[in-house]
Amino acid sequence: MTTTVPEDVLLQQFDAVIARNDRIEPRDWMPEGYRKTLVRQVAQHAHSEIIGMQPEGNWLTRAPSLRRKAILLAKVQDEAGHGLYLYSATETLGVSRGELTEMLIEGRQKYSSIFNYPTLSFADVGTIGWLVDGAAICNQVPLCRTSYGPYGRAMIRICKEESFHQRQGYELLMTMMRGTDEQRAMVQESVDRFWWPALMMFGPPDADSPNTAQSMAWGIKRNTNDDLRQRFVDMTVPQAEALGVTLPDPELRWNEERGAHDFGQPDWDEFMQVVQGNGPCNRQRIAHRRRAHEDGAWVRDAATAFAARGTS
Amino acid sequence: MTATVTDHDNAYADLLGSDDAHWAFGHLPEIQQGEDPLAGVDTTVPAGLDPAGLAAYCLFLGDDALVMSHRLSEWCSNAPDLEDDIALANIALDLLGQARLLLSRAAAADPSVVPALPEGSPVPAEDALAFFREARDFRNVRLVEVPHGDFGHLVARLLLFATARLAAFERLTAHADPVLSAIAAKGVKELAYHRDYAARWFVTLAQGTDESRRRLLAGLTEVWPLQAELVATYDVAAETGVVLDEVLAAAGVDRPAVGPMSGHGHTEALSRMLAEMQVVARAHPLGTW
Repeated sequence: MTTTVPEDVLLQQFDAVIARNDRIEPRDWMPEGYRKTLVRQVAQHAHSEIIGMQPEGNWLTRAPSLRRKAILLAKVQDEAGHGLYLYSATETLGVSRGELTEMLIEGRQKYSSIFNYPTLSFADVGTIGWLVDGAAICNQVPLCRTSYGPYGRAMIRICKEESFHQRQGYELLMTMMRGTDEQRAMVQESVDRFWWPALMMFGPPDADSPNTAQSMAWGIKRNTNDDLRQRFVDMTVPQAEALGVTLPDPELRWNEERGAHDFGQPDWDEFMQVVQGNGPCNRQRIAHRRRAHEDGAWVRDAATAFAARGTS
Repeated sequence: MTATVTDHDNAYADLLGSDDAHWAFGHLPEIQQGEDPLAGVDTTVPAGLDPAGLAAYCLFLGDDALVMSHRLSEWCSNAPDLEDDIALANIALDLLGQARLLLSRAAAADPSVVPALPEGSPVPAEDALAFFREARDFRNVRLVEVPHGDFGHLVARLLLFATARLAAFERLTAHADPVLSAIAAKGVKELAYHRDYAARWFVTLAQGTDESRRRLLAGLTEVWPLQAELVATYDVAAETGVVLDEVLAAAGVDRPAVGPMSGHGHTEALSRMLAEMQVVARAHPLGTW
C-alpha cells in the first residue's frame, strides 16, 4: 500500500485527462461521484431503450403493410441491441445488468419520460421515429464525445442506428401524407400529441437542472438542456414544413435577431408529474417489464444450472 | 418526394462541429421505397408447371411463415433475456421476409389468388394477400396459429416448425420454379439457425432445472398433436423424424404419448389473430404506407 498514489495526485491526473478532452477508460482511476453520475446516466439511457420497445412494439401486430411490419420489428430489435451495449457499458463501471434491471422495476432508476405517453395510432410509429428519435439524436450525438470511453463508443453505434430510424419514421409520415385525407389527419393528430413531450425530452430548463453544471465540468454532458432544445426546434421546423404538418405552438416563429426560432414552453408541471410516476403509462410500462423479467426467471435459472453442469 | 427526405438527411450533421473523427453517420443505406419484394426477378412460370398449383403451394409456404412470424413478434419485449428478445425478433424477421417473397411469388404466378380491392387502391399484392383475406382462405398449418404459451411452448413449437420447414426447403432448392428454388436456398440458411436456436434451448431447458424440464415437457405435449399435420403438409415425415429423435435423445426426452389432432383447416385462434393483424390495413383500403 505504500506505493499507492495519493488521491489528490490521481484527481489531478483525472482532471488533466478531462481538460484535454481525452477519454477515461474502465481501469483508470475516477472520482466516486463521476462513477455514480455515469452509472445513473448510462443506466437511465439503457432503461429508456428497453422500455422504449413497448410503445412501438404496441403496433407490431397491427402494422398495416408487411414492409412496415419488417421495418418496425427491426427497429424494436435495434432498441434491444442498444440496451445491451449500454448495460455492457455500465458493467465496466462495476454494476451488473441484473442489478440495474432490479433498480428499474423497483422504480429506483428512471428512463426517458417520453415512453410514459401512449401510442394511440399507427402514425405514432412514424412520429416517434421523426420527433422522439430526432430529439434523442440531438441529445446523444454530443455524447459520442463524452469523457467515458465505453459510453462514447457505444453512442457512436447507437447514433448511427437512431439516425436511420429517424429517417424511416419521417419517410413513413411522408408516405402517409401522400395518402388519404384520413391518413393525413392521423399524422397531424399524432404530431400534435408528441410535440410537447418531445421538447420535454431535453429535460427541465437550465435554471432548474441541478446536475448539469457538474456533468458538463466532467465532460459527461456536453451541452445544456436549453441549448439542445433550441437546436431541435430549429432543425425540426423546416422538416415539418416539408412534411405539410403544423407544430402545435402558437408562439413558434423565426427570430431574425437571434437567428433562431422562438417557441413556447412545454407544461413543466405535467413533466414533473410524469417524472414522478404519474404519467399516462408509467405503471403499465414498469408492470410489463416486471412481468417479462419475472416470467423469464425460470428460463434464466435453467440456463445457469445447465451451464454449471457443463463446467462441473 | 425522395428528394425531400434527402434534403433533411443531414439535419444532425453539424452537432459534432468539425470533429469528424467521431462522426458516425457517414454512408447510410438508402431507404427503399415500397417496392415489390421480387422487383427485377423474372417471374414467368416455367413451361410444364401449373401456375395455379405453384401459387397455391407458395401461399401455403408463405402463410406458414407469416403466421409463425406474427406469433413470434408477440414475444417482442417479453423474452426471458435481451439476447433472446433479439434472437426471436431475428427469427420473426427472417420468416416475415420469406412470407413476403412467397406471397409475392404466389401473386405473380396466379394473379387470381389476390383479393380484389376498391379501384385505385395502392395496396401491393403481398399486402392484399396478408391483410385482405379471410381466415378460411389462409393455407397455414394449425401448429403456427395456436396462441403462444410460455417459453417452453415457444421452444417446442419452434423446434418442430423449423425442423420440418428446413427439411422441406432443402428439397425445394431443386424445385422446377427458379424463383421458388432461390427463395428456398435463401431460407435454408435462416431455418438452419432457427432450428439450432430451438434445439439448443430444448436441451438446455430439458436438463436445466426441474421446473424448466416440467415446463418444456408441458409445451411439447401441447404442440405435439399438431406435428402430424405439419410433416404431412410438408411431406417430410422421415427427415424430420431423424432430426427430432437426435434432439430428443440429447435432451433425454421421450416422444410425448399423445396422438395427432384430427380435423384440418383452422383453430378458433386464427380469425382472432387476423382481426388484430388486419385492423389498420382494412380500415384504410385506399391508404398507402
